[in-house]
Amino acid sequence: MFQNNNLLRIEDLVLHFGTTRGAVQAVDKVNFDLDSNHAVVVLGESGCGKSSLAKAILRLLPRNVVSYSGHVYLDGNDIMQLDEEEFRQNIRWASISMVPQAAMNALNPVIRVGDQVAEPAIVHLGVSKNDAVALVKKMFQHVGVPEDFITRYPFELSGGMRQRVAIAMALVTSPNLIILDEPTSALDVLTQASIFNVLKRLKSELGISFILITHDIATSSELADRVAVMYAGQIVEVSDAHRFFAEPLHPYSRMLMASVPRLRADTEPEFIIGQPPSLLNPPKGCRFADRCPRRFEKCSEEPPVANVDGIKVKCWLYTS
Amino acid sequence: MTDKQRDVLLSIQDLHVWFELRRFGFGHAGYVKAVDGVTFDLHYGETIAIVGESGCGKSSLMKTILGLNKPTRGAIKFENLDVGTPEGEALRQYRAKIGYVQQDPFGALAPFMNVQRILEEPLIINGVKDPVERERRVRKVMEEVKLTPVDDFLHKFPHMLSGGQQQRVVIARAIILEPKLVVADEPVSMLDASVRVEILKLLRGLQEKYKLAVIYITHDLSTVRYFSERVFVMYAGNVVEKAPVGSLVHNPKHPYTVALKDATADPDANNALTYRELPPGEPPSLVKPPPGCRFHPRCPRRIENLCEVEEPYDIQADDHLVACWLYK
Amino acid sequence: MSALIKSTRDLLRYPSAIIGLLSIGALLAISAYALVTIPYSEATRLWRGGEDVWYQNPKYAPPAWMNFFSNEKQPVSFAVSSKEGGGMTKTVTVGEQNTSTILITYSFDYAYDKFPQELILYFKSSFQDKLPFVSVAWITPSGERIRIADLAVDRTQTFRISQDQKLQKRLKTEDVLPALFVEPKSESASPVKGTYQIEISAVTFEPDADVDVEFVMHGTLYGPAGTDQYRRDLMLPLLWGTPIALAFGLLAALGTSLLTMIIAAIGSWYGGWIDELIQRITEINLVLPFLAILIMVGTFYSRSIWVILGVTVLLSIFSGQIKTYRAVFMQSKVSPYIEAARAYGTTDRRIIFSYLIPRMIPLLIPALVSSVPTFVFLEASLAVLGLGDPVLPTWGKVIENAFADGALYRGLYYWVLEPAVLLMLTGLGFAMLGFALDRIFNPRLRDI
Repeated sequence: MFQNNNLLRIEDLVLHFGTTRGAVQAVDKVNFDLDSNHAVVVLGESGCGKSSLAKAILRLLPRNVVSYSGHVYLDGNDIMQLDEEEFRQNIRWASISMVPQAAMNALNPVIRVGDQVAEPAIVHLGVSKNDAVALVKKMFQHVGVPEDFITRYPFELSGGMRQRVAIAMALVTSPNLIILDEPTSALDVLTQASIFNVLKRLKSELGISFILITHDIATSSELADRVAVMYAGQIVEVSDAHRFFAEPLHPYSRMLMASVPRLRADTEPEFIIGQPPSLLNPPKGCRFADRCPRRFEKCSEEPPVANVDGIKVKCWLYTS
Repeated sequence: MTDKQRDVLLSIQDLHVWFELRRFGFGHAGYVKAVDGVTFDLHYGETIAIVGESGCGKSSLMKTILGLNKPTRGAIKFENLDVGTPEGEALRQYRAKIGYVQQDPFGALAPFMNVQRILEEPLIINGVKDPVERERRVRKVMEEVKLTPVDDFLHKFPHMLSGGQQQRVVIARAIILEPKLVVADEPVSMLDASVRVEILKLLRGLQEKYKLAVIYITHDLSTVRYFSERVFVMYAGNVVEKAPVGSLVHNPKHPYTVALKDATADPDANNALTYRELPPGEPPSLVKPPPGCRFHPRCPRRIENLCEVEEPYDIQADDHLVACWLYK
Repeated sequence: MSALIKSTRDLLRYPSAIIGLLSIGALLAISAYALVTIPYSEATRLWRGGEDVWYQNPKYAPPAWMNFFSNEKQPVSFAVSSKEGGGMTKTVTVGEQNTSTILITYSFDYAYDKFPQELILYFKSSFQDKLPFVSVAWITPSGERIRIADLAVDRTQTFRISQDQKLQKRLKTEDVLPALFVEPKSESASPVKGTYQIEISAVTFEPDADVDVEFVMHGTLYGPAGTDQYRRDLMLPLLWGTPIALAFGLLAALGTSLLTMIIAAIGSWYGGWIDELIQRITEINLVLPFLAILIMVGTFYSRSIWVILGVTVLLSIFSGQIKTYRAVFMQSKVSPYIEAARAYGTTDRRIIFSYLIPRMIPLLIPALVSSVPTFVFLEASLAVLGLGDPVLPTWGKVIENAFADGALYRGLYYWVLEPAVLLMLTGLGFAMLGFALDRIFNPRLRDI
C-alpha cells in the first residue's frame, strides 16, 4: 500500500463496570487496528468482554461505568476526545454504526420495517420523508430484501429477512464501519450463509469495513481479513486471517480452533478443560495460564505482546 | 445394514402432525402441516440425527415422539406398544420413559429449584418415595455427567452455573429415570464453541455406556458426524434423505442436503474470498406447501413436468433413501 | 437458613425496608401488648362501656400530652382509691363500744392553670344496720381547712363536690370548684398551685364495719390518648384496633393474593372453557360495585368483621390482578422447564403448584405486602360508614364516633388524628417494605 490505509486504531481501550462485588474488567487495555475496507473478527466466548468492546467503541455505555479510557482513532482522529454531542452527531451511526446482538428480534413490532430503517437517516442525515423512502429502497436492494417489504411489519418477515432489515438500518446512514455483534447466531445454516453473502457484497461493492464480533469460528472465516482473539477482557492474538485459520499461535487460539467440529476433515474436536476466569478479579499474569497446557513459571507474570512476523501474540512463548 | 440384527425400539409409520389454524380464535383456516408423512424405525442403542432448518418440522416430530404433541394420523410404537394416542396416566407414564435434553439449558431448569431438587423431581413424580434412595440416585447421576465434586453442585441454583454445567444438569435429569431413548434437541447450539464438544462427548460416552438410543436434533451438519450412525434430513415436513452418517456427509444426494453441506462453513480463510452458491428463496409455508417435491421451487436440478407435479417417494440410491426423482 | 440471613441482609440494604420494618414492628408490638394486657372479653366489655365502667373519666378529654404544646396547663384527670393505696393513706383506730375511726387522706400537687371539671368521692362501706358517718375536709396549700361535707354513707354512695348545695351555701358561690382552688381573699381567676389535701374521717358503729373511698378528679385532659363522648379511654380502641386491623389486612391480602394466583394458574394451565369461565367471571366482577355490595351485606346480613372479611376476599379474588398473573402464567406455561416437567411425566396439579406458582412468588410477595394497607383502609372506611363490627374496638369506629359527634367542629382534633396516624403508619410501613421487596425480587429494578 502506498498510502496509509488505516481506518480505525484502538489503543489501550479500557472499560470497567462497577457492581456491588467490585469492578468487572470487561475490556482491559485492548489494542488493534483495522484497515479501510477490511473486516476484523473479534473472536471470543461468552463473557469474554467482546460485546462490551463494541459498546466501548461506540460509547454506548451503561450507567455503572467506573473506568473508561484509551484512544480510538478513526481516520487518525481520536474520537475519545469528542464530547457527547459531537460524538452523537459525527460518529455514532454517521461514521460507525452497529447491528446489535439479536437485532432482528429487537425490531419494533408495531412499526413498518421501512419506517424503522428510515429512522436513522431522518435523525442523523436530516433527509426528508420522501427521500428516505427512496434511500430505504436502495438499502433493501443492497441487503437483498424485496422493495415491497417496506410496508410490512416485522412479524411478517422470516428471521433471515429481519436480520437483513437490521443490517439495512445500520447501513442507511452510509457509515464507513459497521460493528456486527453475533449477526447470525440464531439463524439457520442456509440463512447464515446468505447473510454472509450480503455482507461480502457490502464490503466489495460499497467498500464498507466491518468489526464482526462472534463466538462462531467457522462462520467468522466467511468475512475475516484479520482475526483478534479475546480472552477474559484482553486481546491475546491479532493475526492475518489466512495465517490464523491455517495455524493460530496463542495456545488459547489453538485450542479454540481445535474445538471446532469440521465437516470436511476427519479430525476429532477437542475441548478446553476448565472455565474462563471471572472478570471481577482476574488472575495476575496470563489470564489463560490456569487452562494452558504449555504454561511455565513465567506465566505468573503479565505477558508482553510479542510480534511474530506481524502477528501480535500476548504470550510468553513467543518472546525471544 | 447392521441395524437389522437389533430389535426395533421406536417405530414410526406415516406420521402426520397437523395443527389447526383458527381465524379470530374460531372458524377453520387450514392446517400447519408440521410433520407430513414420516416413517422410520429406531433400534435399541442406535443414534440417529434429524437435520433441518427451523420450521422444517423436526421439533414437532420430536415433541410427538415425547408425547407432548398428539399425532394427527399415523402410528407410533415404542417397545412394541402402540403409543400413538395414550391418555391420562398412560400418557404420563409413556412420557417418563424418554429422556429429553433441551436446547436452552438455562430455560430448561426451573430457576427456583436447586440442582438436587431439579434432579429429584422426576424420581418423586415417578414413585421413588425414599429420600435416601433419591439422593443416592441423584449423586450417582451427577457423577455420570461429571458434575463433581457433587457436594459443590448439589445446592446450587441454575443461575450460579455456567452454560456447560447447566446443560450437564439437563442431561443428568434426562437419564436419571434410566430411559432407553433420549431425545436431544440442539443440545449444544446455545453453548460456546469450546464447551460444545465437551457436551457432545459426554452424551456420546453415556450413549455408549448405557446403550442408549438417541435422537439428536440439529441444524448443524458439522456436529452430526461426531454423534450419530444415521442421519435423516428434513425439509418442509418431510424426511428427504436417510443415510448412514459418513456417506451422507461425504456424498449427499438430495439437492437440499447438498445445499446444506455447501452452506456449512469450516474455518478457512478462503471462505471470505468467494460467495456461496445457495438455493434461492426460503422454505415454503407449511400451510400450503408446494405440490410435488416441496423443494422444487428452489431446486437447481429440478426436472420440469415431474418435480412440481408428483411427490417423490423414498428411492434407494446406494445406501441412501432419497425422496428425489433424480435417483429414479 | 443461610438463604434467609442473606435475604434479610439484602433487605436491610434498603432504607425504605428499614423504615417499613420498624413501622410494622411497632404495630406488631402494640398488638402483642394489647392482646396480652387486655383480654378479648375485657376489651369488648370495656368498649361496650357505660357510666359504671368509665365513671372515672371525663368526657371529651384530650390526651394529657396536650400540655406540652400549650403554656396554659390544663388539669389532667386522676383517680385514687383507699383500697389500692396509690398515695391515699388509710388509718383505722378502734374505739370503744364497737366504734372505729377511719382516717383517709390524700395529698396531691396541683400545678395547672385551669380548674378541674369535677371532684367526686365514691364511698363504699360495709355494715349491718348502722350507717357509718363521714366528714370530708379540704386543705389548701396555705393550710386553710374547708369543711366540705358531713354525711352518713350507704353501702355505695357518690358525692359530687361541685353539685353539693350545702357546700354551695357554705362557700356562698355556685362555682364550688374555683372556690376550693383559690385563696378566699384573692380575686384571681386562676387556681393556686401547690399541694392540696383531702381528708376523710369516718366513724363506724359496728365491729366489722368498714369504709373505703375513691377520689376522682375529672380534669380537662385524660391519659395518653384522651376520651370520647362516652368517657371511654381511647387507648382501648387504639391498642386493640391494631391487631384487628393487621389481622384483617393480612388475612384479606393473603387470602386474596393466594386464591387469585391459584385460580389464575389453573385457568391458564388448563385453558379452554375453564380459562374462559374465569375470564368472564373476572370481567363481570370488575364492573360490580364493590363498596355497594359490602354496604348491603353490612346492612342486611351481618356486620361481623369475619363476614365482611369473607365477602371482601370473595369480591377481590376475581380482580384485575388475575389478568396480570394470567399473562405471566401464559408465558411460563410455554417455557422449556415446564415442557421438561411434562416430558418426565409431571401431573397437572404438580405443575401448577410446584412449577407455575413458585415462579410467581417474586411477584406475589411485594404485591401482597403492598396490598395489606388497602384492606386495612377498607375496613376503616366501612367502620366510618357505620358498617364496622358492632362488638370490636377498631380505629375506624373511633373515627366514626368522632365524626358523628362533630369532633373537628369542636376542635377535638386528637379524636380523629390518633387513629388516622396509626392508619398512616400502617400504610407507610407496608408500602415501604413492599417497595424494597419489589426491588429485591425484581432485580431489573435494582441498582447495579
